Amino acid sequence: MISLTPTEIQEKLKPILARHIGKKDELIPILQETQDELRYLPEDAMREIARFLKISVATVYGVSTFYHLFKLKPSGKKIIRVCRGTACHVRGSPRIVDEVSKVLNVKPGETTPDMEYTLETIACFGSCALAPVMVVDKTVYGRVTPGKIKEILARPAKQEVHK
Amino acid sequence: MNFTDLKEKATAEWTSLEQSRQPRIIVGTGTCGRAAGAFAVVDAIKTALAAHNVQADIMNVGCIGLCYAEPLVEIAKPGKPHIMYGNVTPASAAQLIEDYLVKDMPHPEMALGTIGEGSIEGIPKFWELPMLKPQVRIILRDCGIIDPQNLNHYIARDGYSGLVKALKMKPEEVIAEVKKSGLRGRGGAGFPAATKWELCRKEKDPTKYIICNADEGDPGAFMNRMLVEGDPHSVLEGMIIGAYAMGATRGFIYCRAEKPLAIERFKFALKQVQEAGFLGKNILGSGFDFDIELREGAGAFVCGEETALMASIEGKRGMPNPRPPFPAQSGLWGKPTNINNVETWANVSAILQHSAEWYTQYGTEKSKGTKTFALAGKINRTGLIEVPMGITLREIVFGIGGGILNDKGFKAIQCGGPSGGCLPTSQLDLTVDYDSLQQAGAIIGSGGMIVMDEDNCMVDVARYFMSFIQSESCGKCVPCRVGTKHMLDILTKMTQGKGTPEDVNTLNELAQSVKQGALCGLGQTAPNPVLTTYRYFADEYEAHTKNKVCPALACKEMTTYYILPEKCQGCGICLRACPSEAIKGGKRMIHVIDQDKCVKCGTCLEVCPPKFTAVKKVSGEKIEVPKEPVPVIAGKPGAGETK
Repeated sequence: MISLTPTEIQEKLKPILARHIGKKDELIPILQETQDELRYLPEDAMREIARFLKISVATVYGVSTFYHLFKLKPSGKKIIRVCRGTACHVRGSPRIVDEVSKVLNVKPGETTPDMEYTLETIACFGSCALAPVMVVDKTVYGRVTPGKIKEILARPAKQEVHK
Repeated sequence: MNFTDLKEKATAEWTSLEQSRQPRIIVGTGTCGRAAGAFAVVDAIKTALAAHNVQADIMNVGCIGLCYAEPLVEIAKPGKPHIMYGNVTPASAAQLIEDYLVKDMPHPEMALGTIGEGSIEGIPKFWELPMLKPQVRIILRDCGIIDPQNLNHYIARDGYSGLVKALKMKPEEVIAEVKKSGLRGRGGAGFPAATKWELCRKEKDPTKYIICNADEGDPGAFMNRMLVEGDPHSVLEGMIIGAYAMGATRGFIYCRAEKPLAIERFKFALKQVQEAGFLGKNILGSGFDFDIELREGAGAFVCGEETALMASIEGKRGMPNPRPPFPAQSGLWGKPTNINNVETWANVSAILQHSAEWYTQYGTEKSKGTKTFALAGKINRTGLIEVPMGITLREIVFGIGGGILNDKGFKAIQCGGPSGGCLPTSQLDLTVDYDSLQQAGAIIGSGGMIVMDEDNCMVDVARYFMSFIQSESCGKCVPCRVGTKHMLDILTKMTQGKGTPEDVNTLNELAQSVKQGALCGLGQTAPNPVLTTYRYFADEYEAHTKNKVCPALACKEMTTYYILPEKCQGCGICLRACPSEAIKGGKRMIHVIDQDKCVKCGTCLEVCPPKFTAVKKVSGEKIEVPKEPVPVIAGKPGAGETK
């Protein structure tokens, strides 16, 4: 992934900031919209947002690092999320996390060096009946077993057609 | 348009739908349905309808609660009761269109039940099914029945009549009605809702806020998400009633960004009610102004705590603040604020639509009404359920839930998520209400119920919750930040077989310190999973620390897999399935696991054909097996040498 120049980041932020008036409670929505656009929060974007809201960069950084949703590093092309909810845990999700980690050689929260995959865990996907659950981008795989992991990861990314 | 006209129009639409001459196909497309493949089923239905040239309406609904049987498809043919089909696949959906819609063969073997008047031979009544009969649907009254994006459907089924009624009452009278209903907050602690409302009402400040807590971050809890996906207006109506009663001018919904469908439903519903005049200036001509804004949470468990949630809305790190002052006096931006959770608000709209007397017919003396639970884990019928308070855990697990998966033994039920506890068999006859669960060491919490069987290790479960809490601790207070870390370290040691009996004492001391010293409710209740597992399963802690054995064979580091030479027939299935290539063997050779390569994933145990059952998992014992593969002698199972 080629990183954006400060000017490019400013350009991308313009339409986002234009939707806001500069009140402090807009920080989290602005960060969310920025991440939707840039896929992560580059330092220059955080500086720009701090200027816009007239708050310190430290405050922006503090909020960005507090919430799980915000990423300070770009994610891979495919995001693999393994559910770590209680139902998935008792039905074997630790083995799923281990196996995906082993196959991709990354820990949860990390991205493969070729920027293809990011492995994440989520607290509960809300499909406990299908436990253990794993989600690749938007495709949900239920009742996953360690033996199925390689096959699932080898599948080409499927575009979710339904909204 | 005034409400009478709206209601008339809505009722006409609903009645014409019910009495339509055209068949209707109703598909559950909530998160759970989608995950199970509901959209592929919808596509197959559309194709089949076109192929047979049949006209039918397809309606998307939310979750009706039978998650184990998703995708669910309900087929309504004019003049017949509806039939609900479960576990529908694209192929079986196409077959049903041809056989039932075109040829009138209902396929009872694929059906779950019939809905509505009349009966069909061989199919039971849907609402009489063992999973549904004990349930009472107040909060989930419309879930899976109406189109969540159709405001008229909600209005036709008494929706917003509670708001209309409330607006004709004095605000104090509305609070009195809620008080009479005995409604307690459904977010976890069970604080009487009306008491909180009164405190907020009494404040003189002209600016007041109300908040709907839709954060629901407990692992294993999805009730609020499903409710919002299936019936968002029941929550909005409750909020508007509450705002009127407390004199609030602005409301917020704080919903997790990880629930995209719930957010979409809220946004859509907000637009609808703004257009219909239930929100905004001069609501329904009453002179009352109120609006609601949706805020997306950015994924922090601690934001389910009310003071942390408010900090997050203000754009800060979501860290709790000590109380007092209580939010009712000084909350969001220092203004009087009331926070209730999704389910509480949905109760409020039901209470006002009916009456407090009607509501109090359900529940126990101190816990009125019903409660939704997300029933999951090692259970036959997982799902979203709503039961009257006072039902026993046994009725939930073995009645509604249909008992334990694969006929295994019940070990524990975990109620209340990371703040709750694990209750054993001896507590199965406990009634589900705020007070008795608390006495037993668990809580109702938001409503996650996870059933565990004999294969689940209670020390591992305690470690699981502690690892969740530890990673979610906001770090503001020392007992939670440092205490949970130490507790996690000890529990991790124990599950690796490195714990000592001393550790058990330290763990209990730490649990008490965190309980007494943490700043917020989440921190204070964080040791509960440890305290209850120790209270009811002390023997498992002892086995782990004293004997270095995991009796449930669940702790990975303490277990070993062996292929029994007397049983292995050299079929090679495990060898091919092993993801770590840790199995050596060959045709008609007794297979051997290379213990250095084995990652203990258990795949070999799962795939070994039941007629052989040659793979054995043990803890704390060693089985003598050959070091290298040796031949199986034909016709003589077990002829392979063991040395």
